[in-house]
Amino acid sequence: MALPDPLIAPLVPAWWPVRSVRRELADTVTLEIEPPPGGLVFEPGQFTMLSAFGIGEIPISISGDPGAPHALVQTIRSVGPVSSALTALRPGDRIGVRGPFGNGWPLEDARGADVLVVAGGIGLAPLRPVLYTILTDRDAYGRVSLLYGARSPSGLLYLDEIRGWMAGLDIDVLLTVDRGEPGWHGSVGVVTDLIRRASFEPAGTTAFVCGPEIMMRFTKQALESAGVDEERIAVSMERNMACGVGLCGHCQFGPFFVCKDGPVFRCSDMVELCWLKEV
Amino acid sequence: MTQRSATDAAVVFDPATIDLLIAELSDRGYTVLGPRVVSDAIVYGPVTSSSDLPVGIRDRQDAASYRLEDRDDDAVFGYVCGPQGWKRFLHPPETTLFTAAADGDVSFPPPADAPLAFLGVRACELAAIHVQDRVLLEGPVADPVYRSNRDRLFIVAVDCTEPGGTCFCASTGTGPAAGEGFDIAMVELLDATHRFLARAGTDLGAEVLAALPSRPARSDDQEQAGRHVAEARTAMGRSVDLDGVEELLYANAVNPHWEDIARRCLACTNCTMVCPTCFCTTAEDRPSLDLASFDRVRLWDSCFTLDFSYIHGGPVRSSVSARYRQWMTHKLASWHAQFGTGGCVGCGRCITWCPVGIDLTEEVRRFRDTDLRRIAVPVAGPFPVEGGPR
Ligand SMILES: Cc1cc2nc3c(=O)[nH]c(=O)nc-3n(C[C@H](O)[C@H](O)[C@H](O)COP(=O)(O)OP(=O)(O)OC[C@H]3O[C@@H](n4cnc5c(N)ncnc54)[C@H](O)[C@@H]3O)c2cc1C
Ligand code: SF4
Ligand code: SF4
Ligand code: FES
Repeated sequence: MALPDPLIAPLVPAWWPVRSVRRELADTVTLEIEPPPGGLVFEPGQFTMLSAFGIGEIPISISGDPGAPHALVQTIRSVGPVSSALTALRPGDRIGVRGPFGNGWPLEDARGADVLVVAGGIGLAPLRPVLYTILTDRDAYGRVSLLYGARSPSGLLYLDEIRGWMAGLDIDVLLTVDRGEPGWHGSVGVVTDLIRRASFEPAGTTAFVCGPEIMMRFTKQALESAGVDEERIAVSMERNMACGVGLCGHCQFGPFFVCKDGPVFRCSDMVELCWLKEV
Repeated sequence: MTQRSATDAAVVFDPATIDLLIAELSDRGYTVLGPRVVSDAIVYGPVTSSSDLPVGIRDRQDAASYRLEDRDDDAVFGYVCGPQGWKRFLHPPETTLFTAAADGDVSFPPPADAPLAFLGVRACELAAIHVQDRVLLEGPVADPVYRSNRDRLFIVAVDCTEPGGTCFCASTGTGPAAGEGFDIAMVELLDATHRFLARAGTDLGAEVLAALPSRPARSDDQEQAGRHVAEARTAMGRSVDLDGVEELLYANAVNPHWEDIARRCLACTNCTMVCPTCFCTTAEDRPSLDLASFDRVRLWDSCFTLDFSYIHGGPVRSSVSARYRQWMTHKLASWHAQFGTGGCVGCGRCITWCPVGIDLTEEVRRFRDTDLRRIAVPVAGPFPVEGGPR
């Protein structure tokens, strides 16, 4: 292979083998990808640009354990041409990877006080590395709650793992669905309703929020009315991305580039943008 | 690059010397690009002699209007600027970034052979190159294509003495005299004797100038050039007050005037295609027929398309008003936060080439007239939006 000029390297995917594929939901799989020896070191919240050969490239968050960089773990929901090709990959197939890109969740801020992890649907994927990080150093944090909502029970991601957390004492888990299904005995309603039921000391609490934009807006509002400081509410934004490195202009969000200034933002840094339509 | 003082080595030569300048640059290995008349427009492309240049031609530009006319003199640079700027040579509309083979092998297109020399770069265009330098070279990742085209570039700038109907570089502070960053800058003098006053901006520029027949500039040459350029400053077809425009546009994000613009705007993307600072691109993977490899091709893109902001579920900016707001707010406001410089150099192309004649200088005035900070009843709390809190 012609060695890429170091200048062009950030724009050229490396082709790594898929080690295993785990079906999570009807439309969602988790790929375990094999980076070269040394692994892919990343921070919780960062994403990669994944290429399906000859089809296209899309941004996908890393959903694995930052403490285990020899496996690159990414959870992908099939919604269109590229994501459906990626979710159809089999072990041994090659996938194009660039990254990791973007900033991470402000985990440093969270130490020493209560933590709320609020996720909607596939939004749990970029937050799972946060939970892994907290669990490896559990005593550094106060009460930790995962508030997770999905459209229906069959849309809840990582249920086996969640059941494990529910059985333990490290994380309080509260689940909800927009609409129940036979066999669902849990709560029905939007994820913001869970905030009232979670136990946390608002002063000093850090909240990490990821889900559909509308869900994040209402979560921010509910957290603020519960007394959480705007500066301590972090959200992960989504915009179309064609480069991941600040060159293509697609991911602009007001004065920000989601790929290089985000994807994680503190709500206090984007007050004017939060409620503005079509930014 | 060492920038020299503007008057350093100022010389005067006659119009025939332009041919020698082109020859000197070609001899040094440059592909010389300059203005030519193509399909009734000034288009920048390869030039080999002054017979390629638009001698005796002027352009008349106004909102949604562009015409070439004969001049009654032999001015070489007697037009304002071409519809398509120099951007297409530094940041090409279509580039193959790499070819990937199914076995994991990656190859790259051969690098461009000859370095480029631009002949006839206007002050606003030079400023636009500096804006794109900021955007494409000074971020966390530099653009490799732009870098290789830009690094070896030779720039011959020409100060403006006859600005056009849609020009407003005096308002953006980017003209009419070429600022920093040229190798050679010239003023075309059409008084009694047709001649060029030239100054070097770099050592290389001085070396090229020294190879041409010329005489040292006299004070009357300098005085005439200075007067014409100063007059140009007051003869701009458009002007705009950009003082506080960032705050103005941010504060007017929900001004109903955006809807008024949207009723006129066709979302045709012309303004972004002709703008010398617009840099957005998209990527397209083009597989070979046997699927053994694919090319990743980078193409200019525009914030006026629906695809541009498409994420699963639909475009973020579905309305034309949101797309125009994105474009104008980016150019005049958020560009400052992102790159420490404005995104508009006052070239007027977006006004000339808008099929319905939307004029951003006029729209800025309308926002000042309808500024929500002055005339609206203050709304408590966040902006009212769909799905937002009451
Ligand atoms: C920072 C970030 C992290 C993400 N993390 C995940 C994740 O962990 N799991 C997951 O399933 N999804 C994630 N997404 C969303 C995912 O990128 C989109 O679902 C995906 O791009 C859809 O592409 P598609 O071609 O399959 O579908 P379509 O929606 O049909 O897209 C058509 C075309 O539009 C473009 N496009 C659509 N949405 C996006 C987008 N968001 N960004 C760039 N281009 C887009 C693509 O170029 C695509 O070819 C993330 C998005 C961002 C910005
Ligand atoms: S916004 Fe219009 S006037 Fe300003 S640089 Fe772009 S094309 Fe020229
Ligand atoms: S402002 Fe004019 S040129 Fe730009 S997209 Fe709208 S109609 Fe086209
Ligand atoms: S994704 Fe290209 S600039 Fe952010």
